[in-house]
Amino acid sequence: MACRGGPAHDAPLMQPPLPRRRFLQASAVALGTAAAWREAHGAPPPGAAEHDVPADPGKALGVPLPDEGYGLRSQFETVVRQRYGKTSTPYSSWTFTPLQESVGIITPSGLHFERSHAGTAIIDPAKHFLFVHGMVREPRKYSMKDLKRFPSVSRLLFIECSGNTLTEWAKPGLPTVQGTHGLTSTSEWTGVPLATILREAGVEARAKWILAEGADGAAMTRSIPLDKAMKDCLLAYGQNGEAIRPEQGYPLRLVVPGFEGNMNIKWLRRLQVADAPFMTREETSKYTDLLPDGKARQFTFEMEAKSVITSPSGGMRLEGRGFHEISGLAWSGRGAIRRVEVSVDGGRLWQPAALEEPVLALCHTRFRLPWRWDGGEAILQSRCVDETGYVQPTIDQLVAVRGLNGPTGSVYHLNGVQSWKVASDGAVTNVHA
Amino acid sequence: MRNTLWLLLLASSVALAQDRFGFGAPATQQELSQFVSPLADGRGLPAGSGSVQAGKELYTAQCAACHGGNLEGGQGDRLVGGRGSLANGDPAKAPVKTVESYWPYATTLFDYIRRAMPFTAPGSLSNDQVYALCAYILAQAKIVPDSSTLDARSLAAVRMPNRDGFVADPRPERFPPPAQK
Repeated sequence: MACRGGPAHDAPLMQPPLPRRRFLQASAVALGTAAAWREAHGAPPPGAAEHDVPADPGKALGVPLPDEGYGLRSQFETVVRQRYGKTSTPYSSWTFTPLQESVGIITPSGLHFERSHAGTAIIDPAKHFLFVHGMVREPRKYSMKDLKRFPSVSRLLFIECSGNTLTEWAKPGLPTVQGTHGLTSTSEWTGVPLATILREAGVEARAKWILAEGADGAAMTRSIPLDKAMKDCLLAYGQNGEAIRPEQGYPLRLVVPGFEGNMNIKWLRRLQVADAPFMTREETSKYTDLLPDGKARQFTFEMEAKSVITSPSGGMRLEGRGFHEISGLAWSGRGAIRRVEVSVDGGRLWQPAALEEPVLALCHTRFRLPWRWDGGEAILQSRCVDETGYVQPTIDQLVAVRGLNGPTGSVYHLNGVQSWKVASDGAVTNVHA
Repeated sequence: MRNTLWLLLLASSVALAQDRFGFGAPATQQELSQFVSPLADGRGLPAGSGSVQAGKELYTAQCAACHGGNLEGGQGDRLVGGRGSLANGDPAKAPVKTVESYWPYATTLFDYIRRAMPFTAPGSLSNDQVYALCAYILAQAKIVPDSSTLDARSLAAVRMPNRDGFVADPRPERFPPPAQK
């Protein structure tokens, strides 16, 4: 099932946050026992283990080093992905990356957004094969060991679901940047260039498209233009220095840089070369863009330039006037970000933000602007320009072209300027401005 | 000297491009036979057939729990109705996107049911059963007669109501200038 939830504005839109019982925290820290920790905090957050917390870490031994192990995050860090609450089943749903807590440009693998159409497939890599067939010289199959013998490359790339921000077309939808923009994440992906495998298979001259199919229960399937496949696609088995996570497609996913997230087929098992697109359910009835005249745009592959301020952002509260750093992310499916501008007055005046190195094509770019809050109301916005000169539009400009066309008409590819309102009490909320 | 070096580099990279690594193994026809992905013109559709009547029984047993007794949707998508609802400038009124109103190719229905349905038992239906379900859904959508039996040839020949409903991607967009603040 595709992102069929559509823009909706009634609660509860996201799953409730984990229970956090902080009221006893001070006394628990003083007591310094695991039991007291649990009393104060409940179970440790996902991805963390529970340890005693001594009153003075310099006057006690720490936790012994294991002979072997896999590192966990601090038990004090509670930020998690959250699932969109409007889908009818957790087997076809999506979870949002908590961008409000993000620093830098890399998304931790455990916080990379998820979109699955039949749950997370669990696959033994020793039994997994990639089949390459159709209009090729000779149909081939590759084990994971075979694939890892080919020359490999690593690239920092964002993946964004084309449904990112779908709740925001008509009016402010979700309260936080996790909900409004959390379907984009950046990882370092490692694998074999798809072009290598296609040259190996010997693609026929009249071939134009490649079907990529997942081994999950949805057998998720999309057609990829051959020129894109030869240009920069990756058969990725690595993510952020280790094997791809199960929910990201372990042991093998297709990475299609800058294109709609759903084309980055997870649990990749098959590539079929053909002279025409396969017109799969996802590329006809789902990930297409219905216009007010009843026609729909098809094969809207590129994720256009987009930016968002991640801090301060919706749900936060500025603690006192004075210095605050405005920080956010910008990215474009057509190349590198050239410029980001920030407005604190709802788009009347714009100031250039500093771009943090590295500024890479098809990758999140971090921007920053120092800001002195005078305690008055402010509307914070960012807009970016990519290397093609494309300027991130306002939501109104997008709606003028795409229309609103009912609550499930305009869904995908909302890359408009996001506005956060800072009230005089410091509370930050999602607004259309 | 520089030119010679360049030519040497070029020659070696061409040689590498022409050499095959040779990893992996040939895929047999038997291995590939598990994969069915029809094209919109019907190439790739398997043998078999199924009638509207057979599809009705299958639908009731395997599909109705999620898609509704009248294909009106539930936990699963609504499958029929909605013709004429796509052209719609009303932000409060939802277009009804179904197999009947929105899907441009009947081959997509076969492909999707075969590989991904029923939701909790994907890949469990025979080709005959999938043809039968296509026939039933398309009959309920008033696209084929109730007396139909569909196979590879007749399914590919079905013309869907929204066949011409799709346009190529015109982006990057040229926007009108933003409204003055």
